[in-house]
Amino acid sequence: MEQLIRGGTVLDPSQNLNGRFDILVKNGQIAAIAADIPATGCLVLDAADKIVIPGLIDLHTHLREPGGEAKETVETGSLAAAAGGFTGITAMPNTNPVLDDPRKISELLALAARAGHVRVWPVGALTKGSAGKELAELALMQRAGARAFTDDGRGVADAFLTRNAMLYCQALGVPFFEHCEDESLAGKGQLHEGVVAAKLGLPGITKSAETVMLARDLILAKETGCRLHIMHLSCQEAAEMICCAKAAGVSVTAEVTPHHLLLTEDAADGYNTNAKMKPPLRTADDTAALCKSLADGIIDAVATDHAPHTEIEKTGDFNSAPFGIVGLETAFPLLYTHLVQTGRLSLMQLVERMSTRPAAILGVPGGTLRPGAAADLVIIDTTAAWVIDRHAFFSKGKNSPFHGWTVYGVPALTMVGGRVVMKNNRIG
Amino acid sequence: MKGRSFLSTANLSPAELQQLLSLSQNYCDVNNNHRLLPHKLLRGKMIAPLFFEASTRTKVSFERAARNLGADLVDLQIGASSIIKGESVLETARTLQAMAIDALVVRHASSGLPAFLADNLHIPVINAGDGWHEHPTQALLDLLTISQEFGSFAGLNVLFLGDIRHSRVARSNLFAMQTLGIKVRMAGPPTLVPPEMKALGAEIVRDIDQAAAEADVVYLLRIQWERQQSGFVSSLSEYSKLYGMDEERLALLQSHAILLHPGPANVGVELSAAAYAWPRSRIEAQVNNGVAARMAVLHWLLAGD
Repeated sequence: MEQLIRGGTVLDPSQNLNGRFDILVKNGQIAAIAADIPATGCLVLDAADKIVIPGLIDLHTHLREPGGEAKETVETGSLAAAAGGFTGITAMPNTNPVLDDPRKISELLALAARAGHVRVWPVGALTKGSAGKELAELALMQRAGARAFTDDGRGVADAFLTRNAMLYCQALGVPFFEHCEDESLAGKGQLHEGVVAAKLGLPGITKSAETVMLARDLILAKETGCRLHIMHLSCQEAAEMICCAKAAGVSVTAEVTPHHLLLTEDAADGYNTNAKMKPPLRTADDTAALCKSLADGIIDAVATDHAPHTEIEKTGDFNSAPFGIVGLETAFPLLYTHLVQTGRLSLMQLVERMSTRPAAILGVPGGTLRPGAAADLVIIDTTAAWVIDRHAFFSKGKNSPFHGWTVYGVPALTMVGGRVVMKNNRIG
Repeated sequence: MKGRSFLSTANLSPAELQQLLSLSQNYCDVNNNHRLLPHKLLRGKMIAPLFFEASTRTKVSFERAARNLGADLVDLQIGASSIIKGESVLETARTLQAMAIDALVVRHASSGLPAFLADNLHIPVINAGDGWHEHPTQALLDLLTISQEFGSFAGLNVLFLGDIRHSRVARSNLFAMQTLGIKVRMAGPPTLVPPEMKALGAEIVRDIDQAAAEADVVYLLRIQWERQQSGFVSSLSEYSKLYGMDEERLALLQSHAILLHPGPANVGVELSAAAYAWPRSRIEAQVNNGVAARMAVLHWLLAGD
């Protein structure tokens, strides 16, 4: 059946499109975009007073399955994605067991197909068990469907192994996703090495724990020609290094999370475990620099680093709580409210950084409403306010520091391949 | 109905601090004159010390303080294992709460753990030292010792010397001393003095001899030998030469200045035997004041419910 998305303001960075258009969806694809398409024989989806954008794509999602089903499953994680306006997400390999061979990649894809809500692209481990000792079967995992490789949760400490993994990624044409963290510098650090850590009497994580590994990786990426993607930038210095590296011709891209754009170390004061993640929240100078770098395009993309944990794990003393917070259901509204409505980023830029650019980095279709493309799109309500209620998340993880925030720009409808998967927060 | 807890000095007002100090001084007078209290203020109350880290003086002085006030103590045999996590400690604490225990005295290696317990219980929690965070009853007994010497606080100059980074004693004192108008300076190895202490109100100084010469109180902190292993200092003997209190440095102090140490002291490392025995060392007075200060805190939290 044909569907007509009628009367919305359509924004598509891939075509630099911004205006009132109707979108005709046929056989799961975008059939036409034009003003006033006749609705004859179509199911009409009213988008009047709303915004229609290509579906969001998340470069950094932890689905926790297999092994962490109490925190999240592929099913609940994909529902959370759909509710947040994401039509495609990644599956990070730090599960139990780690996604480090082709069979586990295939099994993950089977789980995603069974859930069937949004597209799931597995990211394989760079090293066996992500132990940083031996290369994993990167080529075979790519054949099985892995779209990128990372040992996320930690960086690859060994420089020789990192260089070899980069040579493989370069040859395979896939991006190397790095979690920059020098463990000898980070130690048992719990939050940013700053005033709040000093006050709370907790070991800190310096910026150098991130930038020392980043510098190494930029050098190795230049030497190998590998496509390097730096995950979750947390500080001004890292953004400056990315800027220099791009100018020097290094094939590097970078992502930033909503929490590193909006929160500082102050959020952890009072031992708030929902403000504990890696890399840690830094200072107001850093959030300002990261926002500016995102607007300037130095930072290519926003990614959630959606990291669900159970309530019981996150309830406890700060030192024993695990790192990470959820993000899929709040990312777009938070940034729409705090970056777009405040004029720090245009809506077109935000959509580009959350949809078109991530698709290009991952090398997957999506991030566009061009005729012929899959009908992966989101209708956004920019007028209704939403008071974020962590208890109402589709995600099993309720560990959000944004509980109680009032935001705008809430996804009203999410469509994947022409199928409505979420509508007004109800499963389609 | 949630009881008040004693977790930190950071949120105590000048009036509250003065009230606690005056209570402490009263109990100090009673203890030193071997007088018996006219009535046992906390008769019928039951207090549970939960020490997940080794402690002699703090644990014994809390127990002594509780008994002096007529309270009973639950004798829990906890293996001094600091790896017991918050969630399991809360389980134990809830069990005690359910058995009508009136207050918990908690020491644990994890910063913030007593605050976490207090958030989840309705009985008062007393922080007897949490990680690197705070040791508020130590600060109270230190302030009591200082007030016995100087009468008032405003304008005093206190120098903390040593491992500031890992010191809950330094933090609790810093917060309380700022409230009372005391000027706090800190010095020590560059790896063990976080620059952020400046933002928290301390002045970080490099010239230790000059700072010592200007101080009314020199507070020496304990250095643990593990710091050598983990790369913070090269050797305890180098530490001792650079940051220790020896005869030469003692000679620089003002005639009215006093020496404090939270104990247990590494004689020969952060201070020489001569410094320990120096007539103006008040290290034993601190120990003596510990019982009175803890009686004051128990009184403040538990009397009159």
